[in-house]
Amino acid sequence: MINAIDISALGKQYKGVAALAGVSATVPMGKVVGLLGHNGAGKSTLIKLILGLIAPTSGHVEVLGQSPWGSNAVSLRRRIGYLPESVAFYGNLTGNEVINYLASLKRASREQASKLLERVGIAYARDRRVSTYSKGMRQRLGLAQALLATPELVVLDEPTGGLDPQATRELYDIVGELRAEGHSVLVSSHVLAELEPHIDSALILRQGQLLAAGSVGDLRRQSGLPDIVVVQLKDAADPVAFARGLDTFALTHDVRFDGLFEIQIAEGGKLALLQRLVTDPAVEDIVVKEASLARLYDYLGAGTKQQGKQKP
Amino acid sequence: MSSILIIARKEFRDDFRNRWTIAVALLFAVLALSIAYFGGAAAGKIGFTSFDATLASLTTLAAFVIPLIGLLIAYDMVVGEQDNGTLLLVLSYPISRVELVAGKFVGHCCALATATLVGFGVAVVIIQIMQPEARTSGAWLNMGNFVLSASMLGASFVALASVISVITHDKARAAGLALVTWLGTVIIFDLCLLAILVFSGGNEWEQSLFPHLLYLNPIDVFRLINLTTLGSGSGNELFMGMTATHVYRPWVLYLVMLLWIVIPFELAQFLFRRKEV
Repeated sequence: MINAIDISALGKQYKGVAALAGVSATVPMGKVVGLLGHNGAGKSTLIKLILGLIAPTSGHVEVLGQSPWGSNAVSLRRRIGYLPESVAFYGNLTGNEVINYLASLKRASREQASKLLERVGIAYARDRRVSTYSKGMRQRLGLAQALLATPELVVLDEPTGGLDPQATRELYDIVGELRAEGHSVLVSSHVLAELEPHIDSALILRQGQLLAAGSVGDLRRQSGLPDIVVVQLKDAADPVAFARGLDTFALTHDVRFDGLFEIQIAEGGKLALLQRLVTDPAVEDIVVKEASLARLYDYLGAGTKQQGKQKP
Repeated sequence: MSSILIIARKEFRDDFRNRWTIAVALLFAVLALSIAYFGGAAAGKIGFTSFDATLASLTTLAAFVIPLIGLLIAYDMVVGEQDNGTLLLVLSYPISRVELVAGKFVGHCCALATATLVGFGVAVVIIQIMQPEARTSGAWLNMGNFVLSASMLGASFVALASVISVITHDKARAAGLALVTWLGTVIIFDLCLLAILVFSGGNEWEQSLFPHLLYLNPIDVFRLINLTTLGSGSGNELFMGMTATHVYRPWVLYLVMLLWIVIPFELAQFLFRRKEV
């Protein structure tokens, strides 16, 4: 079966500097795949290569079974939808005019353009100039145009950048609908926590190299990353004695700034620890944190010192 | 409808929406009428005078204004989309880069040609109504010659603007380069020619070369197309004096003008295909 995206040993150099090196990955049909990495990790370069906007220096990329770079790529592009990062569109046109212009370029009907505006929830503003739109409305318009001509593959570059939580949730609701309709989706982000519940698998980039690939569960198992149990002690309890108790079981733990204990526990020992904590009279409350993608990401070293520590 | 036409139609409408086309048409009409009416003031009379003299003065005017407007409406055709973030988007659509630049070029050229035709057309119609003796077929021929060559001059500068738009990385630099191009072609080039004339003292070598140097500037080609048919009008004596010794054939001039459209256009296409986005 053909993959939506097939990348092998892909590399791209800009004036001798490698923006991307030796990346091999696949996006299967009908799956939602997250593309993760900090700013400058090579996400946008990879997306441009997938869209055929730039030519690779080395390696191959196939999109829907075809090369996106070259003369027959024009027909291929009809089958791909793309939402660029922070697109301002044409401020002097109304939402309706923008979507109709883009629809005519993509040979999609005006009827579909109009339906898409309703679907992303900006039909009420269709006769307003795009320059008066908020950031969230622009992203919605961007999403609407990415769905013109019902593409098989949808590429979303940082779709939630600058969006409020409500708009973010609605955007991912639409991503969920796309998956249900059988579209393949590649969505890039550096906001990992919000992406995690919506993706089938993740590709993690660091400094132009593929650091890890697979489903979130697989990555978690591969990395052997411990879960974290946060324990709040009763006011009367003695933290020193509690800490000593943990030490006897050889458990790694930290005391947070607010006095809460964070205990790291490998997958096998979690239940035993919880049973012990439940019966401990000093314990007021317990919170179990699964290794989130964000922590996984830190653990894999995606945010190393050279990059500067950026907020995940 | 082809992608080129879709893009051209959008650019054409944008030029209308931004009031470019209307402002330019109005400017041309007002200037043309005032030149026609007050053109004879130096000779001590006002009112509509010789139609050919008016057209010759308009040539001088158009040689300044049309290049500027061509550059201003088109300098941001690519770099502006880059600033908007729409360039990547549009390039991800099922159109080629050639079609994108061609569509924008056609759209701007049509807008400029419309403004030229409407602006000067309205003025000429008024002059013809007020001045019955100007109603000759020769006048209309000269008028057609003028509008056609003015539109081609506009197209040439739209093509130059597209080169500027492709090679620059932000709008401010593109605007600066557009103004430098305008100054260079409108003022500095002719000053250099004058300097050559003065310093060479009109020796034989210079006399044979000089008429051909004028082909190197589309504005001078435009002047030649109109003034060789009209004879000298106000403000053109110096220019005509410089070229009096050489016989220019109209079809050669039009061919050179066409080259001044095609070569920058192809250059822009070539550079845009190679551009990393």
